[in-house]
Amino acid sequence: MVVIDQIIQQSPTVRTLFFKDILCSGSKPGQFAMVWIPRAEELPMSLMFGHKRDYSAISVRKQGFGSTQLYNKSKGEIIGVRGPYGNHFKIKKKYRKVLLIGDGIGLIPLLKLTAILNELGINTTLIIGAQSRDEVLFEQEVRNYLVKTVHKIIVTTEDGSYRIHGQVTDAMTVILESEKFDTVYTCGPELTMKKVFDIASSYSLPVQARLERYMKCGIGICASCCIGEQLVCKDGTVFNEKELRYMDEFGHIARDKSGRKTLLH
Amino acid sequence: MDRKLKKSDQHLDETLAVDIAGLHLSNPTMLASGFLGISQDIFNRIYLSGAGAVISKSISIDPIEGYRNPTVITLDNSSYINAVGLSNPGAEAFSNEISCNRQVPIIISLVGTSDVEFPHLLKKFNHLNIAGYEINLSCPHVAKMGMEVGDDPEMVGHIVKTVKSNTSKPVIIKVGVGSADIMKIAEAAVDSGANAITAINTIRAMTINIETGMPVLSNKIGGLSGKSIKHIAIRCVYEISKNLKIPVIGCGGIFTWQDAVEFLLAGASALQLGSVIGSQGLSAFRNISYGIMEYLKKKDFKKVTEIVGLAHRY
Repeated sequence: MVVIDQIIQQSPTVRTLFFKDILCSGSKPGQFAMVWIPRAEELPMSLMFGHKRDYSAISVRKQGFGSTQLYNKSKGEIIGVRGPYGNHFKIKKKYRKVLLIGDGIGLIPLLKLTAILNELGINTTLIIGAQSRDEVLFEQEVRNYLVKTVHKIIVTTEDGSYRIHGQVTDAMTVILESEKFDTVYTCGPELTMKKVFDIASSYSLPVQARLERYMKCGIGICASCCIGEQLVCKDGTVFNEKELRYMDEFGHIARDKSGRKTLLH
Repeated sequence: MDRKLKKSDQHLDETLAVDIAGLHLSNPTMLASGFLGISQDIFNRIYLSGAGAVISKSISIDPIEGYRNPTVITLDNSSYINAVGLSNPGAEAFSNEISCNRQVPIIISLVGTSDVEFPHLLKKFNHLNIAGYEINLSCPHVAKMGMEVGDDPEMVGHIVKTVKSNTSKPVIIKVGVGSADIMKIAEAAVDSGANAITAINTIRAMTINIETGMPVLSNKIGGLSGKSIKHIAIRCVYEISKNLKIPVIGCGGIFTWQDAVEFLLAGASALQLGSVIGSQGLSAFRNISYGIMEYLKKKDFKKVTEIVGLAHRY
């Protein structure tokens, strides 16, 4: 169990909770932990940088029952954390210039990656998507993360209340017309990631996408999170373009809590 | 996924082949029910990883969402307590899911509240290319299902008879450690015509977080699996296989080939793996098969069947 050490309000619906956990503080970019909200829920949450040594953090948007319970936790309250689990985003030695696309809270798993790209001095373009100005997340944080490397930060809002009016994929299409990248990293709603994948494929660009499915165990024994023959918790959560290409369900089908197939929309 | 299935245990010769309840398996390892068994793609993958057969999650007539998380608790890396709540897509959806199965020996685990549900369940699967059924009479954490019917020898007899008269496929009965004597339940299953018995299911258990004073599982009570129950399972396999004329499938805490051999010596004709996947992944099937084969070679046995129940002699 860990004590919530600090809470930051990121937007009207998103908060970041900081806690001390040595294992999670050493997590790789894209990894997650199963977070227990006592007598309420257990949720898979992306791990972020903590504010101090040996600390880690999670950001939560209040949506369903469990995430709202977690969002409403106060400083000093305790939660359970097991992890880190899953694979992680990979940075190949040959990468010189990369494109990151984080839509909504999908930006969260890309934050650690951003900081590592900065350390490696890799030219980084980051497209941040949000519904509206209020919900633009971590814009200042990523500016701070990228000070040491050549970078560009593009923000899109769906209602046009801030920066570019449109979706992340609109900005992606525009930038690919004039610039070349070695790879694309993405996280966000699956239909958006599917579009990102399709656009990247048309430019023969490699992709690493961080997928999400309903999870129970987090450790590869229940298959609640399966996509085809892959287990998102264990084989993922990050999949590359070769894996995505053979994943018929990617962008189309998820499973509900009972395991029935449901169409993504 | 329609690519040609190429099994990784092709190098294993007939040494490990077993015939149980009318099924011919390339090796005695099976995927235990409750783990991973949710889709055809996953079944294909587990089969390719070296499992001799796979058992599905327990399927009920209607879909079940299961309990709210936490549903699976890792106690260490070798034992778990779970109260998933028999979540499953229901007979109709699951029948569609596996309707194109070609070559995987899939055993469908079925769960119901009474004998009258089983003919409806069987109707959804009898026409498919499946290897047989395992009737879950021992899930310890869902009201009116599993152990609540499996603790009553008379009800067990009714269910087994009903199932047997509604299918020509092999019927395996999965028993557990409940309040009734496991031997009485196994006897009722044998007398009613079961083809094999799987022993054992998880055992009712719970865990409490000492900092909050709260039960961890949302359902509070769940079922214990993994190494913690191995020696209880060995005892059950030994007693059932020694005293009743029926093949027994050992299940409970098999993590290594040594565990597997111990179960075989106790009288298990086949073995189910589950919790081990949490730490070893799907390579557990191949690793354990290899280990058994090496043991047989070292001890100068020609076939795995030669060591089944050897411990009964003493």
